[in-house]
Amino acid sequence: MPQLNPDFFLTQIVWLTISFTVLYLILWRVALPRVAEVLETRQDKIDDDLEKAARLKAEAEAALATYEKTLSDARSEAQSALRQAVAELTNEAAKRNAELTERLNREIKAGEDRIAAAKKQAVSSIASIAADAATRATERLVGRAPDAKAVETAVAASLKSEEK
Amino acid sequence: MAEDHGHSPLHQFEIAKIIDVRIGGADVSFTNSSVVMTIAVIAIIAFLTLGMRRRALVPGRWQSLAELSYEFVGNMIRDNVGKEGLKYFPLIFTLFMFVLFGNLLGLVPYSFTYTSHIAVTAALALFVITVVTGIGIAMHGLHFFSFFVPKGVPAVMLPLMVPIEIISYLSRPVSLAIRLFANMMAGHTMMKVFAGFVITLGAATFGVGAIAPLAMNVALTGFELLVAFLQAYVFTVLTCLYLNDAIHLH
Repeated sequence: MPQLNPDFFLTQIVWLTISFTVLYLILWRVALPRVAEVLETRQDKIDDDLEKAARLKAEAEAALATYEKTLSDARSEAQSALRQAVAELTNEAAKRNAELTERLNREIKAGEDRIAAAKKQAVSSIASIAADAATRATERLVGRAPDAKAVETAVAASLKSEEK
Repeated sequence: MAEDHGHSPLHQFEIAKIIDVRIGGADVSFTNSSVVMTIAVIAIIAFLTLGMRRRALVPGRWQSLAELSYEFVGNMIRDNVGKEGLKYFPLIFTLFMFVLFGNLLGLVPYSFTYTSHIAVTAALALFVITVVTGIGIAMHGLHFFSFFVPKGVPAVMLPLMVPIEIISYLSRPVSLAIRLFANMMAGHTMMKVFAGFVITLGAATFGVGAIAPLAMNVALTGFELLVAFLQAYVFTVLTCLYLNDAIHLH
């Protein structure tokens, strides 16, 4: 086996040491930091992008919440306005209704009063008309006018029995 | 002898001097092994720096590969050692890439597999165990040696258990070195043996006999690609586990 020839042990180890040391120093000082830098930059970029995405998402969510709040506020405002309007209108209607009822009642009362007065007047004139008519009728039939006093009592009695 | 080696499946493991270098009588020549190590170093650096040169936010294929290798080793450390282990990330990453590229470059025809040499794997394993032990002692001081005293064992058993623990600890670099070396060597030898069959059987049977060993070699190449990756992974993951032991003791 050529590997066991001790003549070449020293040169192999010497050149191994030289090449390994040179490789180690260059990788350690030059090559590996470059790779690390690129990987770090990429990781930073990814982290940065993720962070940005999270921020935008939060912003969007906040905007959505604001929008929903505005919407619900508007809705409740509209509802309260509606309720208020309905209440006002109901009130107004009730007031007008009351006014109208009162007016009508007043007018009915006035009408009734008028009717009662007319009736009273009519009733009071009935006696004299009846007496007059009775006097005239009697005058035609008998040829002379009856005693006015007697006619009045007779008419009154007759009216009284009529009223019963 | 040299000609004989030309046909041997083991010829691929021969080391050839390219530039003769001697320092104070010691032979530290630049060899084919050193060439591949240098190519591996350049290839790893190119793989990472050229792959990352755009620094794109959305990576292309090459950049994805570079990032993937980075995160693969990073996750391996996080899973096996925890966050404390990330301090040693550059070292473990270097180890992983150096072994992986050594294994992969060895699969290129006419190339050389430095991870199939026990001198290299043993040196790497010793380095790992020395660093890991050093980290353990630096973190815990003398308390680190309580690692060799298993918990919940009756005092009577300790004279038996402590030597076992020490032997098992010392056998870690041995297994680490031999596992990588043996896997790489066995795989490459097998490929060369079947490649030899392609020639010899093919010449004897007008090419018909070459089909089966060639098909075998195609399958073996895929398998070796897996082994190259797997052994680099195993070497690194074991390093992580040893590091975990050193940092967290039990």
